[in-house]
Amino acid sequence: MRVTHVELKDFRNYKGLTLELAAGPTLIVGSNGQGKTNLVEALGFLSTLGSHRVSTDHAMVRQSTDAAIVRVRLEHNERKFLAEVQINRSGANRAQINRSVIRTRELPRYFSSVLFAPEDLALVRGEPSGRRRFIDELLVLRSPRFSGVMSDYERVVKQRNMLLKSARASGVRDAQLSTLDVWDERLVAFGAEIISARSALVADLSPEVSLAYERIVGADHGASLANSLSIISRQDDSESAVATSAVGEIISVADATAAFTAALASVRKAERDRAITLVGPHRDDLIFGLNGLPARGYASHGESWSFALALKLASAELLRRDSSAGDPVLILDDVFAELDQSRRERLATSIAGFEQVLITAAVFGDVPAELAANVVRISAGEVIDDE
Amino acid sequence: MYDGIVQELIDELGRLPGIGPKSAQRIAFHILQTESFDVRRLAELLNDIRDKVHFCAICGNVTEHDTCSICRDARRSPATICVVEEAKDVVAIERTREFHGLYHVLGGAISPIDGIGPDQLRIKQLLGRLADGVVTEVIIATDPNLEGEATATYLTRLLVQPNLRISRLASGLPVGGDLEYADEVTLGRAFEGRRTIDN
Repeated sequence: MRVTHVELKDFRNYKGLTLELAAGPTLIVGSNGQGKTNLVEALGFLSTLGSHRVSTDHAMVRQSTDAAIVRVRLEHNERKFLAEVQINRSGANRAQINRSVIRTRELPRYFSSVLFAPEDLALVRGEPSGRRRFIDELLVLRSPRFSGVMSDYERVVKQRNMLLKSARASGVRDAQLSTLDVWDERLVAFGAEIISARSALVADLSPEVSLAYERIVGADHGASLANSLSIISRQDDSESAVATSAVGEIISVADATAAFTAALASVRKAERDRAITLVGPHRDDLIFGLNGLPARGYASHGESWSFALALKLASAELLRRDSSAGDPVLILDDVFAELDQSRRERLATSIAGFEQVLITAAVFGDVPAELAANVVRISAGEVIDDE
Repeated sequence: MYDGIVQELIDELGRLPGIGPKSAQRIAFHILQTESFDVRRLAELLNDIRDKVHFCAICGNVTEHDTCSICRDARRSPATICVVEEAKDVVAIERTREFHGLYHVLGGAISPIDGIGPDQLRIKQLLGRLADGVVTEVIIATDPNLEGEATATYLTRLLVQPNLRISRLASGLPVGGDLEYADEVTLGRAFEGRRTIDN
């Protein structure tokens, strides 16, 4: 899949922009604060319905205007689409495909992209919630049904926590809390599905991450992914979460159900005291390993950076393998400045096979020459002509 | 802002579900200006509805008498009870003309967020109706959402006893629709709930 044409209207610092894009790599250069990232953010929004920089949409609407429009022409397998989203400052966003209105949440079906940005360093260094979001987004892309399972699960957790809270407040005994069982059953049913699906995804993703990391770094550092499951580590009471769940291990729904049920029973008293749900996929984590050590806390800045990049490249690879609509568009925002010369070269080689790659850089010379066949220069929210 | 009573009416109308400030204003002026509009009739109905209408002593459906017309109807089979959340659901199922048993209206679904537990629902009354052994089947027709499912599970556990069949309405694709228009969540669940065709 590739983007052949981009139009932005009142998106961040773009008043109006039209831009043709070629297949293969395109380099978007410009000084700091000129709008390189805004451009790729707009494309990222189209495929994820969210920004990688802010959690609220209205930051993307240009000051003193009411709505931003992102319109792109897409091409895959000889088919052409015109996809458009209008981001409203107030009220719901609107989406169109080929000028007919569709539900906004259906937009990602038509356009898939994988975006890597400096913010993704938080995947390695940040809180578990970021890693859960990463794996869940990928999961929904590969199997859309899970968006329903996940929202149901979140709602069960909310209902269950509320029940625990009101039980604590009114001092109800366990025996009288008859509806807790019902919520437990729902929690386990949805939770086990999520745990099992995440474990299968991690098993698929882990070898890809290892491969992608090796390609960037040029050496095998044994990059690996593993699930850290709150339902298992609770039982064993062991500190090392990596040990409790081996890398390639896929957990069946039945096994997850049994472990989840047992874990709930073992934390019941603590849950009654604290009035929150203590185990389940909402408390799980992904453990990134390098040379057998957890990346978080052990990896250097460069290693963390390469790991985060490997995660994104691996997910692009996975999506590419599943998809009938061709490769996802790979977007690398400000990556090259952080890498040394040899890693730059290796990264350039490993992304060469993608149908379309968009790269932003502040300094032209940071990007290897083979990626700079097509260059777009951005200044103050406008494309300026070469030379 | 309008003066006095006009604004008061708009405010009161605006407090009704599904009516925003603009609709409230439109309704208020319609009442005020349309000659053919029988204000007295509406006022009488509003006055009476709380006094005259109450809930059926047996099933919890709305009625003007002690018991509702369905519970009083001798032609209906007392052996089957269909459990629903709201009186609205009774009307929906009645439209199908497929069900000839009796109903039981719970008055909602279990939802701790809204402060609704089993004690807030008419579950004790349901147990009372099952005590004499006349009922042989209970059909649980709570909404196919999280709270409805939780309520169904709770009831199933509570009601299970010999000689009582408990069933749950099926969920899946809407009839008369196109497969391609089903959203992925519904379609995904329909896949999971698929059944073998016996031949």
